[in-house]
Amino acid sequence: MPGDLISIFLNSVFAGNILLAYFLGMCSFVAVSKNINTAIGLGFAVVFVLSVTTPLNWLIYHYLLAPGALLWLGFPNLDLSFLKFIMFIAVIAAMVQAIEMVIDRFSAALYAGLGVFLPLIAVNCAILGVSLFMVERNYTFLESLIYGFGSGLGWMMAIISMAAIRIKLKYANPPYGLEGYGLTMIVTGLMAMAFMLFSGMTV
Amino acid sequence: MKKKNSALAVFLQPIWSENPINIQMLGICSALAVTVQLKTAFVMALSMTFVLSCSSFIISLLRKQIPKNIRIIVELSVISTFVILTDEFLRAFLYDISKQLSVFVGLIITNCIVMGRAESFALSNPPHLSFIDGLGNGAGYGSVLILVAFLRELLGAGKLFGIQVVPDFVYSSGYENSGFMLLAPAAFIIIGMLVWLQKVLTKGK
Repeated sequence: MPGDLISIFLNSVFAGNILLAYFLGMCSFVAVSKNINTAIGLGFAVVFVLSVTTPLNWLIYHYLLAPGALLWLGFPNLDLSFLKFIMFIAVIAAMVQAIEMVIDRFSAALYAGLGVFLPLIAVNCAILGVSLFMVERNYTFLESLIYGFGSGLGWMMAIISMAAIRIKLKYANPPYGLEGYGLTMIVTGLMAMAFMLFSGMTV
Repeated sequence: MKKKNSALAVFLQPIWSENPINIQMLGICSALAVTVQLKTAFVMALSMTFVLSCSSFIISLLRKQIPKNIRIIVELSVISTFVILTDEFLRAFLYDISKQLSVFVGLIITNCIVMGRAESFALSNPPHLSFIDGLGNGAGYGSVLILVAFLRELLGAGKLFGIQVVPDFVYSSGYENSGFMLLAPAAFIIIGMLVWLQKVLTKGK
């Protein structure tokens, strides 16, 4: 069992990186990686929100939505799993809002750092994507916790390294039309290749 | 003075000069993952167009009733309703493809194109124009998706829509499929190249 958890963790950080292998969270990745400080801020916010929402959505899915989950209310044949999209997105939006308020109340410094990025996260596809993958791969509660955290960490690593590369790219002299967005995509492709080398790693 | 939008311009702009993927950088998330095969890309493009045009239409109908500070959650619930409809439809009639698309149909909800068009177009334009804007953006998104899928399936598997198109004598003379095209990094690089190509072609306009 511990070996399984470690493999899930390593896979979600490296070979199955949510950004580089499943392309989730690209929009904010391209927009925010221009600046390394904002990239670090958004990276931490994503790790935080993913580690909280993934297990929470697991609980909601397995105790309210999955086929037969409402047995405890006396509805053994009810299957509400088609509601998962709308439930998950509502949970994510509500959690983001709640986390924002808690941070605002208790840590002014952290709020100043993360505050602006938190609302952006509600519509980051990586967050919803991780919750949906968690359902599709039938993870247990503990596995979903590890998977959420690992995916966040992988996303953070990708965006911080991209921001670092883009600082150096400022001094490059690309051909007309390639600068900016086009070059970012190609560099992301090269980075994805490097991350893929970790595939097949087992513990 | 408010700019008048003609229906044709609203439809054509997002296909080339305002293309959601290549120019506005929206919706790249799901665009890349489903482009290994033409079939999945095609279905994805159709689902996207359906969700985009219908949700733009409804949001535009409601635009005077939605209070400003809760508009995001209202938009999200309209969008998710259509996504659920699409998902149930695919599950019922195209089960194999829906298995391959897996979570990416659900991810249309958080796709930036849908939210972006709702925020920037549907909230300030009448329903019929919003519907056409949805169709145009869906077509612009779909055309990039199908182009990427065409390249990846042709070069990576030698097939189009699952039918072999590279003849056997080419293989016997030493040609091999490029397995790299089927992997994730290839999609990033192809999109990068397409962006470059479009910028060069529209240079000076």
